[in-house]
Amino acid sequence: MEEKTYTWRDLINYGLLGSVVTLYFGMIGMLELFDERILITPFLSLGDVLLFSGVIGIVFFAVNKFASSLNEAFKVGAVVGAVSAIFPIVLSFIATSELIAEQFVIRDVFVSVTDRLVEIYNFGLEPIVGSLVLIVAFAIVGVLTALFIKTDPKIERPLLMGIVLTLGIGLFSENVTQILGNLPAGIGRSISRLLFTNKALTIVSALIIFLLTAGITYWRMRRPTTGESRGFNFSFEDISNRGLNRAQMIQLAIVAVVLLLLPWMVGSFLSQVLFNVGLFILMGLGLNIVVGYAGLLDLGYVAFFAFGAYTMGILTTATSLNPGLGLNFWTALPFAILIAVMFGIILGVPVLNMRGDYLAIVTLGFGEIIRILALSDWLAPVMGGAQGVLKIAKPVFFGVEMGSPETMYYMVLAGSLLVGFVAIRLRDSRLGRQWMAMREDEDVAEAMGINLVQTKLMAFAIGAAFSGLAGAIFSARVNNIFPHSFNLLISINALSLIIVGGIGSIPGVIIGALVLVGLPELLREFSEYRLLMYGILLIVMMLVRPEGFIPAEIYKRELRADEETETEIEAQVTSS
Amino acid sequence: MAMLEVNDIHTYYGNIHALKGISITVEEGEIVTLIGANGAGKTTTLRTISGLLKPRQGNVTLWGEDIVQYAAHEVVFQGVAMVPEGRGVFAKLSVKENLEMGAYSRKAGSGIRQDMDRMFALFPRLEERIGQLAGTLSGGEQQMVATARALMARPKLLLMDEPSMGLAPILVDGIFDTIKEINQEGTTVLLVEQNALMALSIANRGYVLQTGEVVISDSAENLKVNETVQKAYLGID
Repeated sequence: MEEKTYTWRDLINYGLLGSVVTLYFGMIGMLELFDERILITPFLSLGDVLLFSGVIGIVFFAVNKFASSLNEAFKVGAVVGAVSAIFPIVLSFIATSELIAEQFVIRDVFVSVTDRLVEIYNFGLEPIVGSLVLIVAFAIVGVLTALFIKTDPKIERPLLMGIVLTLGIGLFSENVTQILGNLPAGIGRSISRLLFTNKALTIVSALIIFLLTAGITYWRMRRPTTGESRGFNFSFEDISNRGLNRAQMIQLAIVAVVLLLLPWMVGSFLSQVLFNVGLFILMGLGLNIVVGYAGLLDLGYVAFFAFGAYTMGILTTATSLNPGLGLNFWTALPFAILIAVMFGIILGVPVLNMRGDYLAIVTLGFGEIIRILALSDWLAPVMGGAQGVLKIAKPVFFGVEMGSPETMYYMVLAGSLLVGFVAIRLRDSRLGRQWMAMREDEDVAEAMGINLVQTKLMAFAIGAAFSGLAGAIFSARVNNIFPHSFNLLISINALSLIIVGGIGSIPGVIIGALVLVGLPELLREFSEYRLLMYGILLIVMMLVRPEGFIPAEIYKRELRADEETETEIEAQVTSS
Repeated sequence: MAMLEVNDIHTYYGNIHALKGISITVEEGEIVTLIGANGAGKTTTLRTISGLLKPRQGNVTLWGEDIVQYAAHEVVFQGVAMVPEGRGVFAKLSVKENLEMGAYSRKAGSGIRQDMDRMFALFPRLEERIGQLAGTLSGGEQQMVATARALMARPKLLLMDEPSMGLAPILVDGIFDTIKEINQEGTTVLLVEQNALMALSIANRGYVLQTGEVVISDSAENLKVNETVQKAYLGID
């Protein structure tokens, strides 16, 4: 391994950076708000996790950059961690010192600097003692992070799983309680009474969950992975390419049963969350075709969602302005998709010769134009203007009116499965290959005999169809649609979830939607900081894992090309 | 009837008049080379033949049929394949996938497997690298991939744009031997080269291009001893 050199100055710089992050979380009021959610009684709150997360993050980068040996890592972790405490300490002295308070009150400028914030920084101790504790705590966290990075992945992964799951259960204690409450015969209620006190894990239950998770993960990793694969590890690829063995069939059956019973297990609120996740899975799969497969950066994707929603709305309502179409959901659905496809092609034609940034800007404009048109008085007789389209019909399925989150969950589940299947087949089809070649090099693709016009328009059209379907289902669920529901943020959400999940990867879309749509819904009380968390997540992802959570094979190759070539060459050498 | 006839084509990049009436012919089974300095219009001529550029004036016929009317992707189906300048392999696809893309214009099962084996016989190096990403290959290997990929379309006419560019001299010899071999197996080759000496050593005939016009057209033997050619392109005084 190459020698990594650094100076004290480097470490202090990193420490100051961590300090700024820690200070920032406090100054914007995030720490104080997060501190109200207790994860493990009585000592660990979400605020504490956030307080340490800045240090953990910065030590992570510092250790990876500077330290090659374990001793070095400890040193880097301790120094960077300790230095990270500086600004919060300065802040608590400014806030508590009476001398300064005579001159000016910091709270007049920074409204979030409250007594409670200072208490969090000082762990509720006297300023001087508290500051020392903070330095020591940060240094310890830094060392632990360094130790964690340098440990064997065989130990690292179980630990990580344990920590994530324990904190996750603590964080979502209410949701877990609710799910358990739906179990028959009161078993669930007794379990949740055992686990939680005051909506937080007890120390004992946290330890048990941690040890269980870590233990199971460790045990599963130790089992030999050669030969027939065991455990829960089939993928969409297996289903489409190889067919399934017996164990995988059973797993698939279990997954199917769980998916079918899910809304009744989790209750109405979580069903709504799942519905939203499903909608974004639909959109993500469509955008994934345009961006991931065909390599066309589309920032106006929300437009097709709007077309689907508005077509559904206009066709199923009968108002004075818009007399008597009043179709039902199922007859309107094909039209909603068709209209979206039509506009997909209409947008596609003028941008045929555009690539990259130019295409992004034009599609961005297109998305905004559609929203503004929907809002305009000019189209108000048809689209309802600012009032939107009201009283959209609920779908009726064999005499059952679907309107509740639980029933609409099935609609979006069916849609996602269908669209997921289509996406997989498309990716492996001739058209999928055309997209791949076009994304790589348009000129060469054309010289291979690929019709670029047709290939591009197919990408836009199919992407629009998926989004149109999502829009139609959305409008049937919410019953009233308004232009402002179709803002740029939806396009950005859809694009971000693809990037976070892994561009071009279908399982990635699902994970991306769960993380970027599902989590924020569950953390509504912190929605003020939603976009900030989003931004942090995206930046960290790009730095640490640019290929996404579950990367598609081809993008993984691109980003890890160097390592892979080495191992491949080694493999060739050994095999020959 | 000549296989390929390029009649007085004028091609523009915007307002820049790049080709000022180029006329060339290629007979079946020949290797014909276009030589000339940078900016003479060699690559532009190839790109016009392959349909990537459209001439404002003049026509290109293949077996008497006008192919200017066809879009670039349709020209491939007429039996013209191109090895682009700077190789242009699909960097993120494996060698095998690159070759498969080359056979895009053909129907499945029409001997694509056998052709791939033929390519591996022609370029044994590629068989060793079959699963590797094309972008991680050396320059010479990438040239092999680009050539093999073009041949996978089973072209009647192969257009090659500067196959020797950026390659070590020892590899250049190999590439030109291969071109000769490809030609002997029945593929007509139109070769654009800056390395005039090498090109003329394997070609039957050659055209010398200068600022968008053909200035000399003769057999390869004659061109090699032509005084102007020797001075300007062969570095012989």
